[in-house]
Amino acid sequence: MIGGGAAALCAAITARRAGCSVLLAEQAPEPLRGGNTRHSRNLRLSHEAPTPFTSGVYPADEFWSELARATEGTADPVLGRLFVERSAELKDWLIEAGVPLQPIAGGGLPESRRTAFLLGGGKTLLNRLYALAEQLGVEIRYGCEIRDPVIEDGRLATSTARLDGTSYPSTPRAVIACCGGAQANRAWLRRHWGAAADGFINRGTPFADGELLESLLRQGVQPVGDPKAAYLVAVDARSPADDGGIATRVRCMPEGIVVDAHGRRRHDEGGDTASTRYALWGQRLAEWPDQIGYLILDARGLRAAPPALYPPIQADSLDELAGGLGIGSATLRATVADYNAAVRAPTDERDDWHTVGLDPPKSRHAHPLIEPPFGVYPMRPGITFTYQGLAVDERARVRLAAGGVVENLFAAGMIMAPNLMARGYVSGLALSIGLVFGRLAGEEAARHVRA
Amino acid sequence: MSAPEIRAEARRALGICDACGYCNGFCDLFEAARRRPALTEADLAHLANLCHACRNCFHACQYAPPHVFAVNVPRALARMRHQSYLDHVWPRSFAPLLNRPMATVVWVTLGAILLLFGLMLAFAPAAGMPTLDADTDAGAFYRVLPWTAMVWIGVLPLGWSALAIGIGWHRYWKLTRPEGTAAGEPVQPGRALWSALADILDLRNLRGGGPGCNDLDARFSHWRRRLHQTLLSGLGLSFAATLAATLYHHGLGLEAPYPVLSAPVLLGTLGGIALLVAVLGLGWIEWRADPAPLAPEARRLDRAFLGLVFVVAGSGLALLVWRATPAMAPLLIVHLGTVLAFFLLLPYSKFVHSGYRAIALVRESLDRVSIRRDSA
Repeated sequence: MIGGGAAALCAAITARRAGCSVLLAEQAPEPLRGGNTRHSRNLRLSHEAPTPFTSGVYPADEFWSELARATEGTADPVLGRLFVERSAELKDWLIEAGVPLQPIAGGGLPESRRTAFLLGGGKTLLNRLYALAEQLGVEIRYGCEIRDPVIEDGRLATSTARLDGTSYPSTPRAVIACCGGAQANRAWLRRHWGAAADGFINRGTPFADGELLESLLRQGVQPVGDPKAAYLVAVDARSPADDGGIATRVRCMPEGIVVDAHGRRRHDEGGDTASTRYALWGQRLAEWPDQIGYLILDARGLRAAPPALYPPIQADSLDELAGGLGIGSATLRATVADYNAAVRAPTDERDDWHTVGLDPPKSRHAHPLIEPPFGVYPMRPGITFTYQGLAVDERARVRLAAGGVVENLFAAGMIMAPNLMARGYVSGLALSIGLVFGRLAGEEAARHVRA
Repeated sequence: MSAPEIRAEARRALGICDACGYCNGFCDLFEAARRRPALTEADLAHLANLCHACRNCFHACQYAPPHVFAVNVPRALARMRHQSYLDHVWPRSFAPLLNRPMATVVWVTLGAILLLFGLMLAFAPAAGMPTLDADTDAGAFYRVLPWTAMVWIGVLPLGWSALAIGIGWHRYWKLTRPEGTAAGEPVQPGRALWSALADILDLRNLRGGGPGCNDLDARFSHWRRRLHQTLLSGLGLSFAATLAATLYHHGLGLEAPYPVLSAPVLLGTLGGIALLVAVLGLGWIEWRADPAPLAPEARRLDRAFLGLVFVVAGSGLALLVWRATPAMAPLLIVHLGTVLAFFLLLPYSKFVHSGYRAIALVRESLDRVSIRRDSA
């Protein structure tokens, strides 16, 4: 197994239970193991009856149609069907493996029909699955990189394992690549985004460097998805360059206005108030000058804002605020004045505060910004994953661009997720892809080895 | 760390928790913290005492060290909790006892035993030591120390301790008590008290939302919860034994020592065994636990209290076993000395956590009751 997240662990446990000897090579040191599974929280799964962890029902058909719609028809229909159907097995598999799920009866969770929540989040899943893998006899190597794969005659002939500064030739009978996307690879991002890439913050593990993905593509593996695309979320610009996770999200755009580095508004902040707004703003910020935006709130907005990782930058006047941010204070004052002048109170119960004659408008929650102190959350695009991966068949075998498959090379998790989502995203999808295809790849690799 | 540094670190860690929220299924802490985004001094004291130190949120934390955020909620709250014990101890000048708990336990216990030896000699008839021979007749204990002396040894320190601990708990309650609901209407305290009592008996917040706690490491277990309740039962049985003995003495006119098959001895023996089992089990967990989520000052307080309970229960059982031998008199003095030390140190030991935690649970139940009412 190349990788150490949910997909690699499911594959390792499944192959080991099928009688194979298994080595799991995790690039990260032990305390930071598990890729972006460490930052995950919930998984999307179909179910025909309510469970303690998911309310109502979520038929596989409904899951499939939502997946197809959210990914704008990019999901492979064969893999997609297989995925939504096998997602129904995940709850029982996880519980049997000792991974605790969070019962909805305890409260504290959003309405959850489509996804089940991991009790304590992804790191608890990792702790349980690593313990199970060790107990079953999976050999685990931390700080171990797999490089230089060589594909000959439709087989992965060899690769190199690097551990503690020493290189070892590696020739297992089957390999499962579960080492994620390329979102932590600055060179990759610069190649596709140019200088804008330097304005991105990587929300997840710094070990998702895409090196193996790139070398496999150079070896003639069929790519899938879009190398230029990335899933971006608006995060606090003061976040660390890597690994800030869920807590770095900026959430309260509908409570204020968002201006660029010149102090001008560019989008309707009230247009999208659902959780989809995080990704919308991430994509927008990537196109803005210096990839930075400033969410500006007045005292009313600050009171309404949910808890955030960093406190807002505060000032008693807009001029002081603009000075601190390096925005022209005249422009910012004019932007706020135009906005305040355009604000209209609701006229009936179904109406909301909105602007009239403003471009761009603010269609909802358009309260005037008048009550000091004013506060600012600086925002940048936070990259979550990239959208290029390895094409696989319905047995999780990696496909070759020239046709056919690499018979002993399998892939699971985010390195092959673009087969199912070459764009778009829905909550809980990444973890479910890792779990379903990790198990599938483990079964198929074991079958290959034992044949 | 100074008190402001301890508060600042607890505030920083919980601020990240408020923005993350992944651990909110483990216990009541995280939703309680989200309801108090200001994290005032009173909020921090309340949250620290609501935390049962199960450590799940440390092993589950995506931001735990070596992550640059270095979030360690169990340790930050253990420090904060210890600070709240120091802040509420009465009299304030006794606070250093909580910071040097092992030395406190050793010296107070030795001092108490020496005091009782002195009393024994003072009350001894001129003929000298009365009890070198095997002596289990009725009233034998009172030939070592007169009954009235024993009563005063119990009543005086217990009275002092009840006063001191009551003042501490009362001050804490005043600090963290609810202001009343938004409507200004007080919630019915009855349901909240019942719910808090159920939480104490079940130790619901040590269930980790179902699978248990990370007692030793990232594995889940229910052992710490069970052993804590064993210790609580042991204290309860020992208290019941004392009540039974009082009844025998005053109601039935029977004088100790009592036969093995009597209520005071059976209850006391069961209580002593429960205490020993609990102390050894908790001590083993304490000894083997991953130290990363623990705070040294809190561990010292835990160890000292476990040690004190161990000598109280151990000397009591030893007295039962050897009461028909010449060792009876010194064992009785040692046992009474440890009990005297236990009573004296109630306000200056880990025992104080019981009140602070109970108050925190009542406060949480009051919040829950008022939230249910608001949403109804």
